Amino acid sequence: MMKWEVVIGLETHTQLLTQSKIFSGASTQFGAQPNTQACAVDLALPGVLPVLNRQAVEHAIRFGLAIGAQISPRSIFARKNYFYPDLPKGYQISQYEIPVVVGGQIEIVVDGQTKVVELTRAHLEEDAGKSVHENFTGPHGEPASGIDLNRAGTPLLEIVTEPVMRSAAEAVAYAKALHSLVVWLGVCDGNMQEGSFRCDANVSVRPMGQTEFGTRCEIKNLNSFRFLEEAIQYEVRRQIELIEDGGTVVQETRLYDPDLQETRSMRSKEDAQDYRYFPDPDLLPLVIHSDWIEEIRAGMPALPATLRSQWQSEYGLSPYDSQILSQDRATADLFMELVRRLGAKHAKTVANFIAGDLASSLNRSNLSAHELPIDIAQIETLLNRSLDGTISNKIAKEIFILIWEGALVNKPAIPIDEIIEQRGLKQITDIGALEALVDGVLRANTKSVEEFKSGKEKAFNALIGQVMKASQGKANPQQLNELLRKKLQSG
Amino acid sequence: MNWQHQTLQSLSKSLINKEISSLELCEFFLERMTRHQHLNAYLDVLPDQTREQAIRADQLRSQGLAGPLTGIPIAHKDVFVTKEWVTTAASKMLAGYKSPFNATVVAALGIPDDDQPQAAGMVCLGKTNMDEFAMGSSNENSAFGPALNPWDIRRVSGGSSGGSAVAVAAGLAPIATGTDTGGSIRQPAAFCGLTGIKPTYGRVSRYGMIAYASSLDQAGPIGKTAEDCALLLSAMAIHDPRDSTSLADSGEDYGRFLNQPWSEADVKKPLAGLRIGLPKEFFAEGLAHDVAQAVLAAKEQLQALGAFITEVSLPKTQLSIPVYYVLAPAEASSNLSRYDGVRYGHRASNYFDLMEMYQRSRSEGFGAEVKRRILIGSYVLSHGYYDAYYLQAQKIRRIIAADFAQAFTQCDVILGPVAPDVAWGLGDKTKDPLQMYLEDIYTLSANLAGLPAMSAPCGFSGDGLPIGMQLIGNYFSEARLLQVAHQYQQVSDWHLRRPEGMA
Repeated sequence: MMKWEVVIGLETHTQLLTQSKIFSGASTQFGAQPNTQACAVDLALPGVLPVLNRQAVEHAIRFGLAIGAQISPRSIFARKNYFYPDLPKGYQISQYEIPVVVGGQIEIVVDGQTKVVELTRAHLEEDAGKSVHENFTGPHGEPASGIDLNRAGTPLLEIVTEPVMRSAAEAVAYAKALHSLVVWLGVCDGNMQEGSFRCDANVSVRPMGQTEFGTRCEIKNLNSFRFLEEAIQYEVRRQIELIEDGGTVVQETRLYDPDLQETRSMRSKEDAQDYRYFPDPDLLPLVIHSDWIEEIRAGMPALPATLRSQWQSEYGLSPYDSQILSQDRATADLFMELVRRLGAKHAKTVANFIAGDLASSLNRSNLSAHELPIDIAQIETLLNRSLDGTISNKIAKEIFILIWEGALVNKPAIPIDEIIEQRGLKQITDIGALEALVDGVLRANTKSVEEFKSGKEKAFNALIGQVMKASQGKANPQQLNELLRKKLQSG
Repeated sequence: MNWQHQTLQSLSKSLINKEISSLELCEFFLERMTRHQHLNAYLDVLPDQTREQAIRADQLRSQGLAGPLTGIPIAHKDVFVTKEWVTTAASKMLAGYKSPFNATVVAALGIPDDDQPQAAGMVCLGKTNMDEFAMGSSNENSAFGPALNPWDIRRVSGGSSGGSAVAVAAGLAPIATGTDTGGSIRQPAAFCGLTGIKPTYGRVSRYGMIAYASSLDQAGPIGKTAEDCALLLSAMAIHDPRDSTSLADSGEDYGRFLNQPWSEADVKKPLAGLRIGLPKEFFAEGLAHDVAQAVLAAKEQLQALGAFITEVSLPKTQLSIPVYYVLAPAEASSNLSRYDGVRYGHRASNYFDLMEMYQRSRSEGFGAEVKRRILIGSYVLSHGYYDAYYLQAQKIRRIIAADFAQAFTQCDVILGPVAPDVAWGLGDKTKDPLQMYLEDIYTLSANLAGLPAMSAPCGFSGDGLPIGMQLIGNYFSEARLLQVAHQYQQVSDWHLRRPEGMA
């Protein structure tokens, strides 16, 4: 049986986070009533002209710098001509021959292996409007198609990779890394449900060892990582089966149907339109001076890869922890702020807290790190009380859940120290008090004591548990351990 | 009083001296417009809106807020969108279309409002006829019939700004706006005995000007004298942040040199020191004898005013026609895609599906010349033809600009004819579009190079039809071109002649 190699390249449309559209002053806010955010320019009324949005260009430059790409000193906007009702001008303004960002790379980790994905380019363009075919009727109740031009003119950065990915898993890893990067940079809100980040996958297969590429199919508009993975997996199977059955792959554009979990032909290469690209005479060449680039570079946030290596070398964090802490900017910021407050020597404790208690609470409440319901000062005090031995680890966890749940229902925050005081949660560090507890437990559990003496180590843990219970979790575990062992051995 | 013969300066003075109010002046022109309706100069006239604006202008004057142009009536080419008047670009495609905003040019010249507090305060008389989407050299491509030349109503007015030229020549407006993509201001001005200027590309905002060929389109005034044009251009040429190709505001008074000598060195001869270049290619085969004689006579007069005459060469003049008729249709084919019947404009009443809706709406909405240029443009941009046509034309366009740069090392201003002949008979060239395209030979290259160029009357043909001379200057030299034309108009009276029967 022949072995096949999969070849994948991705084109990702990321909606740039700007107040207004790429060539007009209309708002880019999602979810407004249809056609309320389309101005004369977006509607392509007679006489209107485009004016480039500076912020969109800044986002493109920021992205280019983050992936180590070349920023073109001079790039050109072209017109891509085709007729469709959701394309008001009858052409889309897009960069064609000379894009603003050239080259660059993004690192991904798949099965513990690091791989570099080379990028071809990233170019600025405008989005089209939306055609509404479903649940839409005309003035007389007849089935009809509606046009919503709110999205028309929304700035997009189309990011194109080389055909360097070799599995659906790599493609998904790349898409996730890209997604987290553009959100990290603040150039895209990353909202995939609203279409802010959507992928087209170019997929082909070739016999292992063959150097030339197989015929590719492009799967359009994959707006979730799961769909991306499923669509590629299906497409790879389809192509291999087709070839093994003696058929040939036809170059075409396909759509993924998530319900049937299959891709379907949308249009073949023969139907491909001639877009009659030419430079848009309404827009001057986009000239980017190096001082503008330097200004943007100076304002760039530290990149996740930089932070990860910094944390590993300075704090001794594991690659795994660093990965979790750098998954988004809010998490990284929280980590760095807590380390700043508690001191570098407690970085590991902070990391454990964020990756453990905090992550599970966020998960449980379906929140992300930037939606943290509690004050960072509360967390600081809580961690401090645990570190200085005022409360046990177990109690700290309980208090954290207590304040978390309180915050979720908008209860006024109670200071940590007050909670500890009022509820009497202080760790028992008085050796006399602890001894009294231990003696009481030993007296009441003679059977366990006998078992321990006969060599059953398990019985020791049972006794520890009993003392903990009697202390309502306030016993210092280490102290208790030492004391109990001493008592049992001496008694 | 023959208000229709007055220059802007003279009208301005009469308004200041309260010899007439803006409202009275507008009534005067509105009456003439009705009387000479058969010339078909206007496509939309709304007397009440005109009166309302005139009353506002008179109020501004009484409040002491009048500028030099406040209250003076003006006609706008129907290519500029207007809130009150219908804007069609003389196309059935846009019949009845009303814009929700005014073109920057219209706003800058109109009654001041919150958006344009510095506006000139002029009063709009209506929208003038033109070739459909500014494509044409005779105004015969208007979907609403041609504007007729007041010098001989059996003749074409020139185009595409034919209606504007007819309105001014017939005394139906003191001045008018036009646009010039390949000669559309200069040629109708020449055919109607008027003065018109196409400024440097980027001087006047294109926002709200219905696009024909974006890299060539430029607006300018059509008036009776160079002085009038200078006054209007100074109010039109403002920087507009809504047009990316709009030049920085120079704050120029384009009339500042009018009465100055060309050079301080010799004040007795007003044009001493001026070097005028005559491109030999502009006086070659195809130029009518009458036209050549009139332009050469003007050359003699300019020489008498002190100008030095030299021969220059613009070797690619012949190529400007194919280059223009590749590039302009290419841009037009894309610019006119928005007229698809979906959101506004003409939509066919019957269609089976989306494709048929497009096909029928556009087939019905566009005239023959517009369709021809869309076809040419789509063809030259097509895959496999782009390099041979569009790219090649762009290369020659740069060579044409370089030829001008070379010529301007030898001279300050280029002098030549505007058109090979005077206004031809209606229908004479409509059967043969290529014949019509050849009429643009002397005007196209200034658009291709983006240079300022103007037309000024310099004589009459044996048939009594006006002849225009063309002055082409280097970039940003509008004030100098107007100076030359103004000095010429001080020693000639061609621009003062009026067609008969237009009382």
